Amino acid sequence: MKHDVTLTVNGRVHRMVVESHRTLLEVLRGELKLFGARESCGMSLCGACTTLVDGLPVSSCSYLAARANGRSIITIEGLGRPGALHPVQEAFLAHGAFQCSYCTPGMVLTAACLLEENPAPSVDEIKEYMAGNLCRCASYGEIVEAVQAAAGQMPGASAPRGPLRAGAVQEDGHGDGC
Amino acid sequence: MSNPRPAVIGADVPRVEGIDKVTGHVTFVDNIEPPGMLHGMIRRSQVPHGRIRRIDTSRARQLSGVYAVLTGEDLLRMDIDPYIGPAFKDQAPLAIGKVRYAGDPVAAVAAVDRDTAEEALDLIDVEVEELPAVFDVQDALRPDAPLVCERLVPAGTFADLIELLGGGDVPATSNACFQYKLRRGDVAEGLRRSDRVFEHTFSNPPTQHSDLEYHCSIAQWEASNRLQVWTATQSPSYVRIMLANMFRLPESRVRVRVPYLGGGFGSKLYMKLEPLAALLALVAGRPVKIRLTRNEEFFTITKHGLVAKLTTGVTRDGRLLARDCQIMWDTGAYADIGPRVTHKSGYTSAGPYQIPNVRIDSFSVYTNKPPAGAFRGFGIMQVCWAYESQMDIIAREMGWDPVEFRLKNVLREGDVQATGTVVHSLGLDQCVRAVADAVAWDYREASAPHPTGDGARHLVRGKGVACSMKAVITPSVSAATVLVHSDGSASVLSSSVEMGQGSDTALCQIVAEELGARLQDVAIVHPDTDVTPYDLITAGSRTTFHMGNAVRMAAIDARSQLWPTAAELLDAAPDDLTAQDGRVWARTASDRSLTHGQIMMARFGGRAGTIEGHGLFETHHGSTDLDTGQSDRVTAHWMCGATAAEVEVDTDTGQVRIVNLATAVDVGNAINPFACRQQIGGASVQGTGPALLEEMLFEAGQLTNPSFVDYKIPSFLDLPDRLQPLTVEDPHPDGPYGAKGIGEAGIFAIAPAIANAVADAVGARIPSLPITPEKVLRAIAPP
Ligand code: FES
Ligand code: FES
Repeated sequence: MKHDVTLTVNGRVHRMVVESHRTLLEVLRGELKLFGARESCGMSLCGACTTLVDGLPVSSCSYLAARANGRSIITIEGLGRPGALHPVQEAFLAHGAFQCSYCTPGMVLTAACLLEENPAPSVDEIKEYMAGNLCRCASYGEIVEAVQAAAGQMPGASAPRGPLRAGAVQEDGHGDGC
Repeated sequence: MSNPRPAVIGADVPRVEGIDKVTGHVTFVDNIEPPGMLHGMIRRSQVPHGRIRRIDTSRARQLSGVYAVLTGEDLLRMDIDPYIGPAFKDQAPLAIGKVRYAGDPVAAVAAVDRDTAEEALDLIDVEVEELPAVFDVQDALRPDAPLVCERLVPAGTFADLIELLGGGDVPATSNACFQYKLRRGDVAEGLRRSDRVFEHTFSNPPTQHSDLEYHCSIAQWEASNRLQVWTATQSPSYVRIMLANMFRLPESRVRVRVPYLGGGFGSKLYMKLEPLAALLALVAGRPVKIRLTRNEEFFTITKHGLVAKLTTGVTRDGRLLARDCQIMWDTGAYADIGPRVTHKSGYTSAGPYQIPNVRIDSFSVYTNKPPAGAFRGFGIMQVCWAYESQMDIIAREMGWDPVEFRLKNVLREGDVQATGTVVHSLGLDQCVRAVADAVAWDYREASAPHPTGDGARHLVRGKGVACSMKAVITPSVSAATVLVHSDGSASVLSSSVEMGQGSDTALCQIVAEELGARLQDVAIVHPDTDVTPYDLITAGSRTTFHMGNAVRMAAIDARSQLWPTAAELLDAAPDDLTAQDGRVWARTASDRSLTHGQIMMARFGGRAGTIEGHGLFETHHGSTDLDTGQSDRVTAHWMCGATAAEVEVDTDTGQVRIVNLATAVDVGNAINPFACRQQIGGASVQGTGPALLEEMLFEAGQLTNPSFVDYKIPSFLDLPDRLQPLTVEDPHPDGPYGAKGIGEAGIFAIAPAIANAVADAVGARIPSLPITPEKVLRAIAPP
């Protein structure tokens, strides 16, 4: 079966027809050529495909594209960009929180959500929240450090904020992440 | 002429590709899509051993959207050499005649999309007559064991596999396809003269690399019979050579490009999907991409399981007098690089110790399981698991302190290693001391009571230590080119693959240092065999040492072509010049300086021209006696590391928690200290996987846990409470600025250090990995 869907991805509206079994990950990579979301298990076990749907992290490999109809989606490409990085990206850079970086987009998006929900997480809270994101290079220690550092840098870090939502389309086509 | 004060070398320079990585913009092979590209998928055998009776592809061929269907038999009809394999030509991209493991590729299709390809695979009928199979290395060595592979045809590609050079096509007489042999002194006599002799058998199961990026290769043929390949490989030069062989093309007509890799750890070495992608593309007349799934990764390449029997004699005063090592490597259905694993780890199978009498017999053994190949360390993890477990048993039973026992026996400068090669620049003693300090080792008597944790009776703590060394692959070749452009900026052409280890940054640092350029003016050109010169492999911790030397030589060559112009402009002798941060000046007159762009402008009279510097770094081994393994030079350099672990064991549940994990590696001289610590820390945590969690489980040859559901790799929750990556610096005279390779040494000793800590905590020894809660409970259960 085919579905007409409207996806707002990084603030940009896309109308398309998708088959029932098509996953959000397949649409992002295959149709929209957004390669920041990556597959590494295909069954919600690694977090490499993490994408924000209406501000919450989902495994896009197991999230049907049809279900995303009418929703707002943020991928790593929409979170920040060179010159205007998200604080979590800045912190990942400063703390060298990656090696091959295959896991990095998923890690960054998950961490950004964590900090929206909990602006000052403890080490254990970070590990717990991010436990579904695997890093085979095992940069876990640096990632925890980076998330802690970013916690202090989040705008309005003092109070919990609402879920991450894409803002209006900007001139260069990038959404305003949070 | 070198700079008096290295400016970029030794600095915690952030990764040159960092911004691309945090924004998700790095290119992996799966992001590449040449126009018209098809998707290739593989049908795999369900039986572990069998004769292929018939494969009917007719229905698959008729499916709309299918462009190519191939079987092993089709390969025989093509004008190619279908057999590949880095040690033996024992594997074809699709099984020919026989299947040798459950998961062996038997057919492949190329179709417009993955859905269609998958549907076509289901339409292929495969008829296989099952044969008796063998799954255990020890069973496989029995005289009546079924033969997995009938003929041994050495590939003759790699100069380090001296046992295989010049070997012909011979019928196999057993499943042991390769033997490494070492004889030093007289082991029987040494054991006889020992005060105590210990005999133990240790084992570890096959595990899987689980690098997060799947294997992925794209092939495209040009009308002019030129093959273009984009592939996730750690060995682009090798892939080009082997594809040229397979398709009987000059190397110049095969172009292999590698963007970034999402991890490798040895899984992406040699040829994997490239030949099949090229074959499908040839038949389909369209570019073809094959990318695996997580499930298929487990059937593509694994880390060897091993069984090692060690017999060791010690004297009352704490010295190792003799050691006999009988080692069996489970190389699976195809040898892949098993012989190199057997060989490389063979040198040091008796441990990093001075032992006058050593005998090593190490065999690569075929079984009907997925092929085993290289994994971070080329087998050192497995042999270290055995000898460092036994070292601890010996220390405990003799009442010696495990650290002191090791320090008494470790190899030091000028000692003769078991291979007969004299040891130079091995900071092992310092590594052991550093990790012992890091866990506050108290040099207690081994029989002292075990400290308990947290005052709760069911939690007990213990500490353990282990150490290891490895010979870097020798001989080997790395070549590089440095281009200085008209504005003075520079490109580094290297076939080293950036797979997360930070080689792009280290190589750029070296070139910036030698040219006196700013780091941001130096850029790396990723492997493209049309333009980047030959490099053996990106593996075995060889890039910093070998490619580091090559790019350094290339940068010096480029500099020597630029300096005469600069010297003329500055009225100085070329020898008098120095450069840093993009400026060149004469030491005698530092008030005047030039940029590299100004020098280029003067040299070529305008915004034009290129300066091309070349570097070629080769290492050689000495002659080796094949009967004894004795050689005056088996390796260009030794690498080493040590780990100390403190664990807390819950005696109610058997759960092991790592409280403190300290690993020290001799880095020679750190080009980038942060990157060194990151490699060591990453290797340490990765090493906790095979130690505590990872095991490929088989039932009658069927892998039962090929997914992250049942095959668990370390997550955030497995991070040790405290992780201490430490560097020791014993500079190597031949390394660039004294640097050595470090990618592997951090993982060598993790498992035995943890096992030794567990034994210290609970007083029971677990001789097989992984150390699961079940095994701990069984080990401590009252008899
Ligand atoms: S690919 Fe989606 S969670 Fe692993
Ligand atoms: S950085 Fe390689 S998987 Fe995380």
